[in-house]
Amino acid sequence: MLSFILKRLVQSVVVMLVVALIAFMLFRYVGDPVASMLGQESRIQDHDALRERLGLNDPFYVQFANFISNAVRGEFGISYRLQQPVSELIASRLPATIELAFASALMALVIGVTLGVMSALKPRSIATALVMTLSLVGVSLPTFLIGIGLIYVFAVELQWLPSFGRGAVVDLGWWKTGLLTESGLRSLILPAITLSLFQLTLIMRLVRAEMLEVLRQDYIKFARARGLSARTINFGHALKNTLVPVITITGLQLGSVIAFAIVTETVFQWPGVGSLFVNSVQVVDVPVMAAYLMFIAFVFVVINLIVDILYYVVDPRLRIGRAAQ
Amino acid sequence: MAEIMEKAAATEAATTPVISVRGVTVDFPLRRGNFRAVEDVSFDIMPGEVLGVVGESGAGKSMTGSAIIGLIEPPGRITAGEVLLHGKRIDNLPPDEMQKLRGKRIGMVFQDPLTSLNPLYRIGDQIVETIRRHLPVSEAEARERAIGLLREAGIPSPEDRIDAYPHQFSGGMRQRVVIALALAAEPELIIADEPTSALDVSVQAQIIKVLKRLCEKHGAAVMLITHDMGVIAETADRMIVMNKGRIVETGKVGDIIRRPKEDYTIKLIDAIPSITDPIRVHEKPPAQTPLVEVKNLVRDFDLSGSMFDRLFGRTAKVVHAVDDVSFSIRKGSTYGLVGESGSGKSTCARMMVGLIRPTAGEVLLDGKDIWQAGAFERRRKVQMIFQDPYASLNPRWRVGDIVAEPIKALGLASGRGEVEDRVADLLERVRLDAASMRKFPHEFSGGQRQRIAIARALSSQPEFIVCDEPTSALDVSVQAQVLDLMRRLQDEFGLTYLLISHNLAVVRTMADDVGVLNQGKLVEQGPVDKVFDSPQDEYTRMLLSSVPDISKIV
Repeated sequence: MLSFILKRLVQSVVVMLVVALIAFMLFRYVGDPVASMLGQESRIQDHDALRERLGLNDPFYVQFANFISNAVRGEFGISYRLQQPVSELIASRLPATIELAFASALMALVIGVTLGVMSALKPRSIATALVMTLSLVGVSLPTFLIGIGLIYVFAVELQWLPSFGRGAVVDLGWWKTGLLTESGLRSLILPAITLSLFQLTLIMRLVRAEMLEVLRQDYIKFARARGLSARTINFGHALKNTLVPVITITGLQLGSVIAFAIVTETVFQWPGVGSLFVNSVQVVDVPVMAAYLMFIAFVFVVINLIVDILYYVVDPRLRIGRAAQ
Repeated sequence: MAEIMEKAAATEAATTPVISVRGVTVDFPLRRGNFRAVEDVSFDIMPGEVLGVVGESGAGKSMTGSAIIGLIEPPGRITAGEVLLHGKRIDNLPPDEMQKLRGKRIGMVFQDPLTSLNPLYRIGDQIVETIRRHLPVSEAEARERAIGLLREAGIPSPEDRIDAYPHQFSGGMRQRVVIALALAAEPELIIADEPTSALDVSVQAQIIKVLKRLCEKHGAAVMLITHDMGVIAETADRMIVMNKGRIVETGKVGDIIRRPKEDYTIKLIDAIPSITDPIRVHEKPPAQTPLVEVKNLVRDFDLSGSMFDRLFGRTAKVVHAVDDVSFSIRKGSTYGLVGESGSGKSTCARMMVGLIRPTAGEVLLDGKDIWQAGAFERRRKVQMIFQDPYASLNPRWRVGDIVAEPIKALGLASGRGEVEDRVADLLERVRLDAASMRKFPHEFSGGQRQRIAIARALSSQPEFIVCDEPTSALDVSVQAQVLDLMRRLQDEFGLTYLLISHNLAVVRTMADDVGVLNQGKLVEQGPVDKVFDSPQDEYTRMLLSSVPDISKIV
């Protein structure tokens, strides 16, 4: 177990280093950072001075090492556009993205697993056929279209819910949350649905397929022959076995929910990291882009690590160290 | 007076069958019409009796078991007849009442112990939940009972093992757990569906003993479903022979095996090889000179973990899968290699066809090492036939292409016409229509597929063919045909076979010489009749005595 986690940690570090290299190349070689910082109307001497001060004349590996050591301390330089430290910018935008991502992931997980199990247990019912057809719509419609559609129906026509922003937030000092105010919660509904719809249908279809597979297994037939109740079999024996592969996909999906919240955040003008990234791309704000890249890679690596550990918790066959025979 | 009444009731209980099946028919209404899996089947099982149900695949024997316990997969259902449990009709019970009856009054044991236990639950939890479902006992009492059951089923130190997961048990141990589970709530009837077919012979013998002993002790009747007549011969009192959903013959086991009446039964029993069968006589006696020589063959597998595991102090673990094995095969003869799973038979075969490189030792073909000087010749002269004809043929290739592949790969024929002529000829030699070359493998039955595999092996005009369990996936009557074909081809082409099988009876009827492998070591070898009739090694004796064989009728 310990050696397994260590192995995974080493792999994670390698992944982060590769991503850091790409981020650094972006930072260093896409455009001229000095030109971006000082603008066109500046003197050559100022350029040289800044170049020297930023260490841009150092050899490649020294610069990369500096970049890494700064990144480890959470320092990614100063945004060209907003003239604030990038780390502060991201930290201030992070709570919005995380709340959105978790709300939609939770929604996708709860509704997706429930619908998946139900449709597997009653494969021939009309409700299943309906859900399966609708899920196709969920998979095939692009996110921005769903977002715009929801805004049109619930914000413009029915005027039930706000169409943009985060509503009122409560500052907890280290975290600005929208979950404690009514307007914050109301603002969360539409973007969370938009973001979760794709994941929800994916999880539902996955759970359904896995569950149908598991229900065909001998141990389910044997459990029936032992006279166990349908509930014990379906929600105990079958569901637990279904979850093993579902955990992987869900974990990776959670990563992509955070990473690809960009579209949803843009449609709903949600003040999260994604919209910060989009705005930065428009003005080639390279430090923000590099930091965002590192941040997303970090999220994926951490989630993958958690998923691998969860495997151990769920599936006893992987706990090799304890095998007795 | 009351005493007489009581006695009468007691004798009546002893004479009412535990289960009565009366004219049961099971239908599967499918899109292409109705499929009748079981037709008008009737039998009784008395308390404490073991009834054997035998038949080939598709005979409807498992379906009859499922019909009794009410677990027929939809859309199948019982369309006629009735099932009585102690005189009370159960086939028309509502689902929730039937559910309570399963496990409580009728228990079931399935074929594959590796898949019948839920891998994510501790075995104790699975037994306890079954006990508590059916009996009004507390968690602690149920656990106590579970430990008792495991001990009875022959699990050593059950107090510790009860909290283990299924993967921590071997196949035989798992089947003991399954039997303990089936008996957890003291059912009156156990339906054992091929309980030993997935196990090694020595384990098989133990499991049959455990099943019989426990059922006797708990007074449960047993319906033993199997394709293996040998198991029935050793275990059952009465038997039923089924074919195509119908009962062909019913009677005492000894009567049916010694004096079968119906044509089907006669043919079936005739097709079953026995370890006491006469040994094989070749049309042309095999030469005395060896074609294949195996000298001090060794193969190790390194099971130690990755670099990280070593860093954490796990020592390297090397398994000697094949350990200093030497034998030779005479030209034109068959050498049988027997042993239980994990004995190194298949590893040996793989080294002899050049699929895995030996750690040490050499394999000589016509005096040349197939791993060095003879490497190119090996590709043409050595071929292999695999166990599972469903998996060994590429499902997306036409039969013609499958058979022609070695010819093309080795450049043995020029031009399409010649290749096609060769393939047609080969298919006719394995008794298949030449027109089958345009079909796909899924259009053939298991036996026909194995013929295609044989044709493919023959297509490079080999001298030596390694047959790894060539008939263990086939029904007995099909097995007899395939073995017969292999014998005829051997004499026709002067082929040399290495026959690997866990079925000693098959080896007896096919091989000239035999070698017995145990844990990678060759413990005994010699002519078939000598080894089988007067085995010298302890392990060979154990193996031979545990084979369920139709000559060993109880």
